[in-house]
Amino acid sequence: MIMEDTFAKTEIHKPENIVYKKTDLMVDRPLSYCPGCGHGTAHRMLMEVIEEMNIQDKTIGVSPVGCSVLAYDFLNIDMLGAAHGRAPALATAIKRMWPNHFVFTYQGDGDLAAIGTAETIHACNRGENITIIFINNGIYGMTGGQMAPTTLPGMRSSTSPYGRDVATMGHPLKITELVAHLPGVYYVTRQAVHTPNHVRKTKKALRKAFELQKENKGLSFIEIVSNCNSGWKMTPVQSNKWMEDNMFPFYQLGDIKVDGKLVEKKEIAGKE
Amino acid sequence: MTEEIIIAGFGGQGVLSMGKILAYSGVMQNKEVSWMPSYGPEMRGGTANVTVIISDERISSPILNSYDTAIILNQQSMDKFEKTVKPGGLLIYDPNGLTRFPERKDINIYSIEAADEAARQGLSKIFNMVVLGGFLKLKPLVAPEYIHKGLEKSLPARHHALIPENEKAIEIGKSLLKAVHLVQ
Amino acid sequence: MGELKLMKGNEAVAEAAIRAGCDGYFGYPITPQSEVMEYLMAEKPFERTGMVVLQAESEVAAINMLYGGAGTGKMVMTSSSSPGISLMQEGISYMAGAELPALIVNIVRGGPGLGTIQPSQADYFQAVKGGGHGDYKLLVLAPASVQEMCDHVKLGFDKAYQYRTPVMILSDGAIGQMMEKVVLFDQIPRRTDEEVIAQCPWASNGRPQTRNHNIITSLDLDPAGQERVNLKLQAKYKLMEQHEVLYEEIQCEDAEYLFVAFGLSARICQKAIDLARAKGIKVGLFRPITLFPFPVTEVSNVGNRVKGILVVEMNAGQMIEDVKLSVGCKVKIEHFGRFGGIIPSPDEVVRALEQKIIGG
Repeated sequence: MIMEDTFAKTEIHKPENIVYKKTDLMVDRPLSYCPGCGHGTAHRMLMEVIEEMNIQDKTIGVSPVGCSVLAYDFLNIDMLGAAHGRAPALATAIKRMWPNHFVFTYQGDGDLAAIGTAETIHACNRGENITIIFINNGIYGMTGGQMAPTTLPGMRSSTSPYGRDVATMGHPLKITELVAHLPGVYYVTRQAVHTPNHVRKTKKALRKAFELQKENKGLSFIEIVSNCNSGWKMTPVQSNKWMEDNMFPFYQLGDIKVDGKLVEKKEIAGKE
Repeated sequence: MTEEIIIAGFGGQGVLSMGKILAYSGVMQNKEVSWMPSYGPEMRGGTANVTVIISDERISSPILNSYDTAIILNQQSMDKFEKTVKPGGLLIYDPNGLTRFPERKDINIYSIEAADEAARQGLSKIFNMVVLGGFLKLKPLVAPEYIHKGLEKSLPARHHALIPENEKAIEIGKSLLKAVHLVQ
Repeated sequence: MGELKLMKGNEAVAEAAIRAGCDGYFGYPITPQSEVMEYLMAEKPFERTGMVVLQAESEVAAINMLYGGAGTGKMVMTSSSSPGISLMQEGISYMAGAELPALIVNIVRGGPGLGTIQPSQADYFQAVKGGGHGDYKLLVLAPASVQEMCDHVKLGFDKAYQYRTPVMILSDGAIGQMMEKVVLFDQIPRRTDEEVIAQCPWASNGRPQTRNHNIITSLDLDPAGQERVNLKLQAKYKLMEQHEVLYEEIQCEDAEYLFVAFGLSARICQKAIDLARAKGIKVGLFRPITLFPFPVTEVSNVGNRVKGILVVEMNAGQMIEDVKLSVGCKVKIEHFGRFGGIIPSPDEVVRALEQKIIGG
């Protein structure tokens, strides 16, 4: 073991050998997320963008209640932990108080599309110059797999054990399409982080959102459709396959609103 | 000196603004004042009243159940407030629209036909100033120069051109009082 | 002397906020306090001092905007009335837990439920005993005049920052709506961003290379850690009890009987004192100005010198519990209250004194 360590430090850890390095804006500690979960990748893309733009001293983030409640422990920037659903209200005030700073919220589906619907809609409608990052995995992960506003029809959860019955439990809410129609919202896109290609696209979208914030263009809304292998009771690989087969047809990936204009929708069946 | 006044009538008669001008004039003369309105839905077209207290000392309760003076401008207010005037106190009313006139024998009662006179002179909008003039004639609590300052402070700047008209209405009011009943 | 004006209590709160150097007001309309935001919007403090004024979509959003603004170190406030303050309780609890300074003004109306828009003091328990979930207190100020509505805004902000705590002004619809003479304090400049950063090293307003990241949260999943948070809060409340008690005694020197009342009720009791003394009844008034910290020792000192105490409140008997805890059981203590928006008249207060204390 000693031999290996010595070898590693002296022989491999040379600057010229480094091809990839975790951003310093990720705190050097283990993530609390389940193995296979998309949160870690989403966190890292977000921090890479902030590092590359060199705006860490001017960025203030708001974390939600949900699996990413502890996001502030991993993101090495100034953060506030919001009450359940209220992140857009916090972000509104923060941006109004610090108009030259970059402000984002990072929220799950229960937080953003159920308990926080009013705050989401009204921050979007006021066109707050912030970035909302919305992680949609169709389930309440932290509390143990209950039905979310975005749970698919027929999808099982601990509070819809026989599958979501839309007749009694309502339909999944496409809140991203909904906010895209509000004039204060400038950029809306739906992405994923389960393959390298999708990760690249997500990072590009995040970069665009923060650039738009710099230009005071209005609100950017980035949905990331993600898996919840624990909540869905699957292996990580199964969950990604299930996500492609079931989530993506309903929550179609791609830009929804660009430069303040709705994108013409092509019908996409099945996988991207 | 402490003078406790209730001014009561319909919403829209300028009851609250009359109280405000009186109170602001008191402030200008370095008196202690309070202005406590009735508020809420009852103001929307219904009755409105305001308690104004002007004093040389710190004012205790802004809410009272008896008054030195009642200025009464409609029937509902007459029914409600005639009985609240302290014995020996003052009641001023405009008979316009009243069906029952004050009956008490232990207070001083004056009528002022302010609504009719204001209409004749084309001053209907500042009918409340005519009434205020009547009150100030009987109780000169605030000197005219402070009334002028009170008007300046109470009215928005865009209405300051109307101050002379307001002061004219106050002067008219002073000449319109009729003693109805006086305590010996 | 500062500028002299005749103002409504609600307007005085708004003007005082601008002059205190407040950075942001976030609120939602509700009677009888809507004049606060109306005054601010008309007065355009965004042009006068750079203060932000924003009409939120709900009281829930408004209090969380406070949490956001306060978490960055900025001086923020809201105002509302009873039902709206109930909606804010979750956010207030979070702010107490995260130790955020802010000012919350409650212009109380009668309840429960939608209740009435007329004045009341029925939110005493809610304000003084925590209101939301968890063990926390607010520093609670109870103004009894328009002048105090103005002064307590500045005092409230000072104490909020001194103790890193939400402060509540507990007033009522009558004081909010009535006009009195007020001497306004001179404009205090808003702090620059650099001054905010220097004054609030704990705040999340952008991490420079020179420090670790700041986290504003009320969450600690480790019970031992959460107990430490609670102990820290309790120590802070203890300090407030030692240093921040405010009260007023009126005609207590020769008093044989005592009124204890706060806010508007205390004003009515002052008139009742005049009426009672005219009848030869020697009564005084003890007025708590801070409701938390409650003037425990002070009311006990006065209370134990008299033959009986009448606690006068516009509620069914709330502060009387603190008076009884403070004074003990040697002196007769009774309550007189009107509620649902009814304001007791000075002479019915005197009658209650005669019936419940002197004759009772």
